[in-house]
Amino acid sequence: MTDSASCSITRLDGGCRVQDLGRFGVRHLGLGQGGGFDHLSLRVANALLGNAHTAPVLEITLGQVALTFSASTTVALTGADLGARLDHVPVSPGGCFVVEGGQTLMFDTPVQGLRSYLAVAGGFEVAPELGSVTALAREPLGGLHGEGDELTVGDALTYAPGFPSLRTQPDATRWSFDEALVLDVVVGLQAATFSGRSLFDAFNRPWCVDTRADSMGVRLEGPRLESRCASLVSEGLTPGVIQVPPDGAPIILGPDCQSIGGYPKFGAVTPYSLARLGQCCPGDTLHLRPVGIGLARARWAQWLGHLDGVESHGV
Amino acid sequence: MTVNVEIERVGLDCLLVRLFDQIDTRHVDVIMAFCEQLRDELADAVIDLTPSYTTVLVHFNDARTDEAHVREAIKRALEAAGQRAEASGQVHELPVWFDPRVGPELEVIADKAKLSVDEVIERHVSREYRVFALGFAPGFGFMGAVDEAIAMPRLSTPRKRVAAGSVGIAGIQTAVYPSALPGGWNIIGRCPTRLFDIKREGYTLYRAGDTVRFKPIDHATFLNHGGDDTPFEGARHD
Repeated sequence: MTDSASCSITRLDGGCRVQDLGRFGVRHLGLGQGGGFDHLSLRVANALLGNAHTAPVLEITLGQVALTFSASTTVALTGADLGARLDHVPVSPGGCFVVEGGQTLMFDTPVQGLRSYLAVAGGFEVAPELGSVTALAREPLGGLHGEGDELTVGDALTYAPGFPSLRTQPDATRWSFDEALVLDVVVGLQAATFSGRSLFDAFNRPWCVDTRADSMGVRLEGPRLESRCASLVSEGLTPGVIQVPPDGAPIILGPDCQSIGGYPKFGAVTPYSLARLGQCCPGDTLHLRPVGIGLARARWAQWLGHLDGVESHGV
Repeated sequence: MTVNVEIERVGLDCLLVRLFDQIDTRHVDVIMAFCEQLRDELADAVIDLTPSYTTVLVHFNDARTDEAHVREAIKRALEAAGQRAEASGQVHELPVWFDPRVGPELEVIADKAKLSVDEVIERHVSREYRVFALGFAPGFGFMGAVDEAIAMPRLSTPRKRVAAGSVGIAGIQTAVYPSALPGGWNIIGRCPTRLFDIKREGYTLYRAGDTVRFKPIDHATFLNHGGDDTPFEGARHD
């Protein structure tokens, strides 16, 4: 048994949360799902190290975070490029590297993307509550101390050092940040309550990510969308749903969205598009594209195939 | 029963089953019976079933089943639910200290309804409420329906923090805040009972389909029940 090693938060001016894939089976009690926004990069980080796919990782948003390790171990970094440096030596996301005891991993500011995922071999030792370590703002559970609190400077996450082989993330599981961003939308029945003009605009005009975007939802600035139902009786929600409040600006619900709500919705982005949305910074431009359910399922299956490839790689 | 039911696709792994068009407490038993039947039908292929006023959101595990199979299961569950819907759920009595110190809108509602504060309290506690849905936060139950005379629209500007245990009215709905949260409901009192606790079996005191009665208690009893009587930050943040 190795002595407990720890990763201490020594600077926290951006966002840093302990995350996994979220909490399931309790939405009927009013709990949100939560979990890392870019759930695909999160899974890849764990898979590269041979971790369980539910192992707790750190989700670093925007950067301005420093983490100091007490003992040597292998880590994996995926998702956004936040200008990370290990004791001043730049490290790129997309693979594994060894951190020595006493070294500090610093995240600067976004170069590409918004959220980085840092996994340690074996996972951070954080006890799940109701099946997850995720901590939502409205909820008194989850997180490092189990009370839903945000991480603060001085918090230390323990881990058991491990040294699996240093693997590189396959290109098929990396986001391309160079191409114009298009999110796939599975159109729902309530689309029929929107005006023809609104639906045309939704899928043909560019959208700009609003500055208030967070893990509860990403508001899009662009043409105003009109539904003849200003509000509905509250009904169950799930991350990825695109709802349109009376002000006409659509909101793509993030993992921390409420479990029920009553705005009309014209569809939902697919799981891979939701993950990609988690890498959008305020001010980024994107397009929405309607996809048939068959094509959406095929694209998702392709993603899961790539993930299986990383996960089943010999450990 | 299945005649007017609409099944709506939500993304790749959810279906929204719209059982009714209108909110009605009589629908609650059918919705709960449907949920129970569907859980039996789908077993561990269900990830989450989220009942609300007129709908149930079915989140299925697409690694274990497919949408066509879930749609068939939904139809069978609807048939069965229509036949066996019976009064369901538990009944809970919640003690509430109704007082302007912890219920800043008690007097506002009294003024609007042209009732005394005691009459507002009497109207609120004289009904049994059904829990239509849990949402917004863990253990937050949307209940109805309150007497029209004391119904009040939400505050135009929500508060940044509503104290834990606050009993509120929004339109004809009533609810108790399980923890300190932002919110725009009209607050009329405070309940000392813990509504969400991960150490309790089932985690929440009540669930959708349950029935809740409120019982007025005095200040001393409120404190005996472990209530926190910190006065409300009455100032709305406008």
